[in-house]
Amino acid sequence: MIRFPDYSLSLTPTYTPGISLTQKLWVTIGFIGFFAGVIAISGYDHAGVFLLTASLILISISIAGFSFSLYHHQKSGIKNNYTWSRSLSNRGIVSWVLALWITGLYILLYFFPNALGLSESGNTGLIRLFDPLSEWIKHKPANQWFVYGVFYTLAILLFGVKFLRKYKGNRYQQIRTVSVMFFQLCFAFLIPEILERLNQPSMDLKNMWPLNYYFFFDWHLDKLRSGGTLGLFMLGWGIAMILIISPILTYFFGKRWYCSWVCGCGGLAETAGDPFRHLSDNSLKAWKIERWLIHGVLVFALLMTGLVVYTYITAHSNILFLNSYAIREWYGFFIGAIFSGVIGVGFYPLMGSRVWCRFGCPMAAILGLQQRFFSRFRITTNGGQCISCGNCSTYCEMGIDVRHYAQRGQNIVRASCVGCGICASVCPRGVLKLENGQVDLFERTEVNIK
Amino acid sequence: MYVYMGHMRWQDIIPYEAWFWEKNKINLVKDLVTKIEPQHKTISTASGAHYQYDQLIIATGSSPKTLNIEGINLDGVTGLHAIQDLAYLESRSKQLKKAVIVGGGLIGVELAEMLHSRKIAVTHLVRENGFASSVLSKEESGIVNQHIEHHGIDLRLDTEIIKIQDNGQGSVASVTTTTGEDIECQLVGMAIGVKPKLTWLGGSGIEVNIGVLTDVFLKTNVPDIFAIGDCAELRNPDAGRKAVEPIWYTGRMMGETVAKTICGIETKYQPGIWFNSAKFFDIEYQSYGDINPILSGNQSIFFWKHKIASKSIRINYTLNGVIGFSALGIRLRQNVCHQWIHDKIMIEEVLAQFELAVFDAEFSKKYADKIRNAYFEQTGKLILKKANGRYDQVYRFLKKAKSTYT
Repeated sequence: MIRFPDYSLSLTPTYTPGISLTQKLWVTIGFIGFFAGVIAISGYDHAGVFLLTASLILISISIAGFSFSLYHHQKSGIKNNYTWSRSLSNRGIVSWVLALWITGLYILLYFFPNALGLSESGNTGLIRLFDPLSEWIKHKPANQWFVYGVFYTLAILLFGVKFLRKYKGNRYQQIRTVSVMFFQLCFAFLIPEILERLNQPSMDLKNMWPLNYYFFFDWHLDKLRSGGTLGLFMLGWGIAMILIISPILTYFFGKRWYCSWVCGCGGLAETAGDPFRHLSDNSLKAWKIERWLIHGVLVFALLMTGLVVYTYITAHSNILFLNSYAIREWYGFFIGAIFSGVIGVGFYPLMGSRVWCRFGCPMAAILGLQQRFFSRFRITTNGGQCISCGNCSTYCEMGIDVRHYAQRGQNIVRASCVGCGICASVCPRGVLKLENGQVDLFERTEVNIK
Repeated sequence: MYVYMGHMRWQDIIPYEAWFWEKNKINLVKDLVTKIEPQHKTISTASGAHYQYDQLIIATGSSPKTLNIEGINLDGVTGLHAIQDLAYLESRSKQLKKAVIVGGGLIGVELAEMLHSRKIAVTHLVRENGFASSVLSKEESGIVNQHIEHHGIDLRLDTEIIKIQDNGQGSVASVTTTTGEDIECQLVGMAIGVKPKLTWLGGSGIEVNIGVLTDVFLKTNVPDIFAIGDCAELRNPDAGRKAVEPIWYTGRMMGETVAKTICGIETKYQPGIWFNSAKFFDIEYQSYGDINPILSGNQSIFFWKHKIASKSIRINYTLNGVIGFSALGIRLRQNVCHQWIHDKIMIEEVLAQFELAVFDAEFSKKYADKIRNAYFEQTGKLILKKANGRYDQVYRFLKKAKSTYT
């Protein structure tokens, strides 16, 4: 048992658990589905639509089946075994391929929808395959956003199922996940599409300004104002969300009511992004960058919206040296497309699931400021029970060094915390709890260790 | 443990980032101290360096206990204590088919979970008739035993190791137990506790027993030398506490105490009411106060166990109030449990407000009603619920309780 310190240290696990025969079967089904989809895109006729339908069904069955098989024998309680030694979740070759693939898709979606088959004179390729579904739902041919919406919703629902299996036995995680699945399916996808079918102004009612940065754009305001009672209701609702509903809910529950219960970006991050949450950088340096970046984007969003509204009211597009049309173009390109889409989702496998929410989202910035200074929400540390193991910090998708607080017996009150509750779930000693309380609202950060 | 199982990387388990030391003006030297000369206030290291000190804090920790049995020095016998042990385990795991673990404490269970995560067959020898039997009652041990066996661990209670057989090449071939059985294995994990690391202190004049002897200020017999953590032994520990307590939080508390003293505020080490925690595979365990399963004098036990799930609550109490809590599978709030023990609150009152102590996540199933029912069934005394356990209520309770005795 005598060991010498010069022993060559190899601490990275050399072990990667394989997958069982059943799991291989599910993966194979998924790949068959994927290739059926690829074949479907190359031609269009009834066989193409049939193939695509088959493809989506097979992929869905594959993901659901794989999730059930993966966690079937697992007891309640979270196991992150070999997360850091799998190629997919450790920035290995698989994750790079995946990141390139998602990034590529987003670039096509935002900048080259024609390559996906979008055409005024009749869609082709991938988008045309969704025409029947789109026609069925809203009597209109599909466009790139309809296709994106279907994929996005499917991703949240299917990986939501996986998440529900992984965190079984944890009711906070279960209810929260059902909530994001519900809001994506109904509020983000079905309601707007059905309203479009009914020729009504359509809107994702939960998508709030400034995350929904075009809410105050002239075309959007015009659409709502000319949209009859429903349009005016939506205009009022959107403003009430910003000024009344959101501040009240954030006061009572923290920003989590939105970011990890309702929001679509959060929904994808919590479900499809869950296997990558530990890749968020939790160094102090990353926190410094985060604060500059996210508040910078917030200032940009405020400035842009201010200019747009000014133009809408006065019909002047130039204020000093700023052109409101140019500014909003820039915002749409850099923040709306590149940051929240291409980087925000494309970089999941490399930088974790909350890159956009943490470094970019102006909505998160506003809710965060309120959460930091005027909310009942905090994560309580349970006395002196912390053993400094580091699971909380590692699995925080927002890169918060939770342990720094927990090992001091300090409560965690951080602007960026989305309240996903994973820190409390992975804690092996029952040290953390998400709580709302008003009696000590202004002293929430005080050390409470005995 | 978590590095081996791929939950975290090595850099993730280090409590401070690399910049911490320099920023806080701490000169971190990696070297082996070989000599202390208190008369000159110097220490010397293996690399030949000498350092002058005003105050010296000894915090050298512990090393795994070992047994004086045949084969203990064979290759394949290991503890789980230092980073070298982890590297060794990693290097051996690939060829490993079967392992035997000795010791029914926390490290033993962690080692079992680690090896199990790589589909290595584990036989676990426990000298007593249950896990952690000095702190868990028979029923609690039963819950833990069952859970561990459910995970596929071959658990052998009331069984000790007698000798380790050589495979002819200096490595482990099998383990012989007190039941006369020969268990084939390629690795023996020794997890029978730790002892302070002291041998290097010879000749320094620092008084040692099991550990470095200290007074209540954590001072040794030599002026300006302190000892803290696993290596320290208190000459006069508080009632209910041991002289050597090799656990995480006592080390942290001792560090904070000595830091205050050498910064000019002489502070006594007062760990307060005992508490601890562990995790047996998926079952979380927490304890507060005196939870000795063997009762003395006028003590009684109230015990509630979930019908199916691995959950239980045990409260040790007397007619003068509660003295300890032991929880499996339910998280308890330390501040509240401490307050109840400190204020010697009667068990009926504790159960009436049990919600205040529950620290489970929001929306978790609530068990306080079931616990009160169990008390009614066992004693015939009906207890009505008096609290909802919301944060504000907990806060007010603690504020009020503290103001009544201070």
